Amino acid sequence: MTETGIGARVKRKEDFRFLTGQGTYTDDINRHGQAHACFLRSPHAHAKLGAINAAKAKAMPGVLAVFTHADLAADKVGGVPCGFGLTQKNGKPQIEPPHPALAAGKVRYAGDAVAMVVAETLAQARDAAEAIEVGYSELPAVVDTAGAPRAKSAVHDEAPNNVCFEWEIGDKAKTDEAFAKAANVSKLEFVNNRLIPNAMEPRAAVGEYDRATGNYTLYTTSQNPHVIRLLMGAFVLAIPEHRLRVVAPDVGGGFGSKIFHYAEEALVTWACRKVGRPVKWTAERSESFLTDAHGRDHVTKVELATDREGNFLGLRVHSIANLGAYLSTFAPMVPTWLYAPLFAGQYRTPAIHAEVIGVFTNTSPVDAYRGAGRPEATYVVERIVETAARDLKLDPAEIRRKNFIAPAQFPYTTPVVLQYDSGQYALAMDKACQLIDYKNFAKRKAEAEKRGRLRGIGFSAYIEACGVAPSAVAGAIGARAGLYEAGVIRFHPTGSVTVITGTHSHGQGHETTFAQLVSDRLGVPYDSIDVVHGDTDRIPFGMGTYGSRSIAVGGSALSKAMDKIVDKGKRIAAHLMEAAVQDIEFKNGAFRVAGTDKQKTIQEVAFAAYVPHNYPLNELEPGLEETAYYDPANFTYPAGTHIAEVEVDPQTGQVEVVDWAAVDDFGNVINPMIVEGQVHGGIAQGIGQALLEGCVYDDRSGQLVTGSYMDYCMPRADNLPSYRVDMTHTPCPHNPLGVKGCGEAGAIAAPAALMNAITNALGIKDLAMPATPERVWRAAQARGARAAE
Amino acid sequence: MYNFAYHRPGSLAEAERKLKAAADGRLLAGGQTLLPTLKQRLAKPSDLIDIGRLAELSFIKADGRSVQIGATTRHATVAASAEVRKAIPALAKLAGGIGDPQVRNMGTIGGSLANSDPAADYPAAVLALGATIHTTERAIAADDFFKGLFETALKPGEIIKSVSFPVPEKAGYMKFAQPASRFCMVGVFVCKAGSGVRVAVTGAGPCAFRQSAMEKALASNFSAAAIESVKVSPAGLNADIHCSAEYRAHLVGVMARRALTEANG
Ligand SMILES: Cc1cc2nc3c(=O)[nH]c(=O)nc-3n(C[C@H](O)[C@H](O)[C@H](O)COP(=O)(O)OP(=O)(O)OC[C@H]3O[C@@H](n4cnc5c(N)ncnc54)[C@H](O)[C@@H]3O)c2cc1C
Repeated sequence: MTETGIGARVKRKEDFRFLTGQGTYTDDINRHGQAHACFLRSPHAHAKLGAINAAKAKAMPGVLAVFTHADLAADKVGGVPCGFGLTQKNGKPQIEPPHPALAAGKVRYAGDAVAMVVAETLAQARDAAEAIEVGYSELPAVVDTAGAPRAKSAVHDEAPNNVCFEWEIGDKAKTDEAFAKAANVSKLEFVNNRLIPNAMEPRAAVGEYDRATGNYTLYTTSQNPHVIRLLMGAFVLAIPEHRLRVVAPDVGGGFGSKIFHYAEEALVTWACRKVGRPVKWTAERSESFLTDAHGRDHVTKVELATDREGNFLGLRVHSIANLGAYLSTFAPMVPTWLYAPLFAGQYRTPAIHAEVIGVFTNTSPVDAYRGAGRPEATYVVERIVETAARDLKLDPAEIRRKNFIAPAQFPYTTPVVLQYDSGQYALAMDKACQLIDYKNFAKRKAEAEKRGRLRGIGFSAYIEACGVAPSAVAGAIGARAGLYEAGVIRFHPTGSVTVITGTHSHGQGHETTFAQLVSDRLGVPYDSIDVVHGDTDRIPFGMGTYGSRSIAVGGSALSKAMDKIVDKGKRIAAHLMEAAVQDIEFKNGAFRVAGTDKQKTIQEVAFAAYVPHNYPLNELEPGLEETAYYDPANFTYPAGTHIAEVEVDPQTGQVEVVDWAAVDDFGNVINPMIVEGQVHGGIAQGIGQALLEGCVYDDRSGQLVTGSYMDYCMPRADNLPSYRVDMTHTPCPHNPLGVKGCGEAGAIAAPAALMNAITNALGIKDLAMPATPERVWRAAQARGARAAE
Repeated sequence: MYNFAYHRPGSLAEAERKLKAAADGRLLAGGQTLLPTLKQRLAKPSDLIDIGRLAELSFIKADGRSVQIGATTRHATVAASAEVRKAIPALAKLAGGIGDPQVRNMGTIGGSLANSDPAADYPAAVLALGATIHTTERAIAADDFFKGLFETALKPGEIIKSVSFPVPEKAGYMKFAQPASRFCMVGVFVCKAGSGVRVAVTGAGPCAFRQSAMEKALASNFSAAAIESVKVSPAGLNADIHCSAEYRAHLVGVMARRALTEANG
């Protein structure tokens, strides 16, 4: 291992610019003559839209234009498309109502955009927006997830009972049979709480139109600029790809919420041509709360059938998933294909059946949020497994070990479609137990009791399917795109390298990790490598970053491109050294003639390729640049065990997370420091979900109650313990790097571990997330009352 | 934000004149409450009179019997003040627990009291310690100052100059923070002084208030045990998504007992 190669804890290249305020985010981009946009948003969750009178607004100082849906319709601007078409259990397609870029006829959630104002300054745009008169006649709001199918009001006429789809997976008959012969059936009903993503950088977009060339440029806060170009260009604005450049510069966090194509970015791109000026929009934080796609929001019933010894026989799950007011880009996929196929967890459960109902409500659209479906799945599996252990009075580690898929069983096909490629589940569990000193937990609990505190421990042995995704599989289940990745390795004449990737870094540190990968493989100094991402004009193609796919799919594309570089380099080197190609070996950045001390460095080879004075021009093209596309053969399956320890103050209900052990298997690891950072951040988000974060809409009015940091509680440093993080390394057998992806694991594992720990501390079966002080206090009271009886 | 005229007077007297002359003028001290309100376009003052840098309003003086704090003294200054820490450590602790470092470096005691946020910390100390609020027009006893939700005895154009806190025998403060905002879900300040025992609660009602049942129980025995049996009624207490009235009432008891333990510690 070199100091900057694979396995080295290299400090992140990008941090200098981020930490010194020199990043270039979308809001930092100002184009000559730029005007500012502001959106007038519906104050009502559900209302008929009457007349919109913008005459006064249009006459106000600095106002360039006020647009409403009528203007979009006149220009044949399309609605915001959904990128996934789910097939229901009855064989019919999901119900997919139109999603107009500006509200048409009705507003469907508080925050739905009704009009767009473009003015010289932002303040003028806002003043004008306030002067627009809109006639609303309010309709009853559909808010409650579980109640949506029975609600008196319909969000969309196309879905009279607010059901978008009813979907199932697994073998129902076989599962029923398993339950019929079970000695024990453990049951839980719970809500997987709705979350608001809260990337540090709010969404923003700048649109620019060049009349001379007819080209459009959109700068936007996106995790996947090519996907935006495709969706917006093809479906919304009818701009062909060669006329549309989408740039996602530095992006300050996404967590999924910046995957999706949002109306605002299409509208600035459309409006900049209408007003003949570049147009910028940056969301305010309150707008982010209202309009960024939210996450989770399931109401679930789960049952696990076991025999007397705790062997799992069957699992049955029923979930209602809130999709919000409109179908966001991947909304139908998240609570179905990214969720239920994970119900086998790390276990040999032989029969599984799951049903999911997706519903529309008068709330912000819901879509992928860090983990996307898999945190929800892990919560289902790991909470019910814990419950079964308690019902059967088995040790929670033991019941898991008993049911783990053994290393010899891989590849392992689960009853819910997936084929797991590799794993060593017991090894991770053992390591985690050691890390947290599981065997002495009882002592710690007794000691805490003396201080008046209730101590609890909770396990979460999670699995995820990531590295999305084999395109054929994605297509078969309904994705309207392929999920391969592209990469380019471009040598320059004097030996430095530009690495071009279709993935996008918005906090993950790819500029470092990918440079390490290339430095290690090609023997080029780390500092002579630059990584380019986030610009459709500079990158052949890319599906972007989400689903922990960047290293597994994007890194594999680069690996293939490097293979091509080495192949070509060998042929150039053979020519230069007058040797046979098959005698050339490549190692540590040099091409050698086997068995001799003759060698040419890769830099010398690159120079020869660009200055081909002595070059096999009749056999080889000059230049040293290779492009590769990689389509994965399977998902990757990171897995591991997290163990949380908490202490509860029964007098106040305050929970303190006092210890955390995380043992994850991400296969091979390129930069352990960055990977650990991803684990830390993921756990923080998972702790946020379990303990602090809960999106609340008013049941009656549909108003967002948690619309600011005054009421929506993000995790802070002092809510978190010092984590004990370790890993096992079971290389992925089907990608060239043996990597699995690490971006979501923490957020997937953590909520179940924490809720298992809290319920363990309180000696109760279940508690709703977030485990707020009041909820915990009430549970502690009830427990105290029971104890007193 | 809407447009407004900005003034930075050089003296308190000038500030007073400017405030009275303005059509709808507002004082700007630390800006930690006012600026977010303006940014969200929830207020539209014609003039802002910035008193944040007036040296004559920023001071801490202690004379053994009382501690006087100028209106524009920042929370961080109070928290770090050797005089305050010596004379009324619970007050320094309270100031050090307001918001985050940025807020404490900007926010002022005068702004906090004038605003009378139901979940603010300072009102509990002012009320429990029996402080006096000195304004450009008069001296107002703490008991007469807090009138209701964001409502005080201040009249239009009246400016807080300073607050004087009598030095108590013992005092303690305990806050249970609302998880998201970290303002008080419930804060209880207990104080024992020559003049008697005072217990003030913040976060739980429309504004800070005294808990007389506890004061009575503590008069002869200033200890956590003395209020063990005092029942706090949830009637009239705040209820929101973070905390029901019943839970708030319970927390008043817990925080009061912990504040007493601290005061006696
Ligand atoms: C993120 C955040 C967290 C916070 N957390 C807490 C917390 O935990 N506990 C807590 O108590 N507070 C908290 N606050 C509020 C903070 O303490 C403010 O400083 C305080 O409420 C107002 O003080 P200010 O000096 O900033 O006043 P400003 O915002 O400048 O003014 C507030 C109001 O008081 C008026 N005013 C100001 N000075 C005077 C004066 N001398 N005489 C008359 N009127 C005056 C102004 O006109 C205005 O109406 C928090 C604030 C923020 C932004």
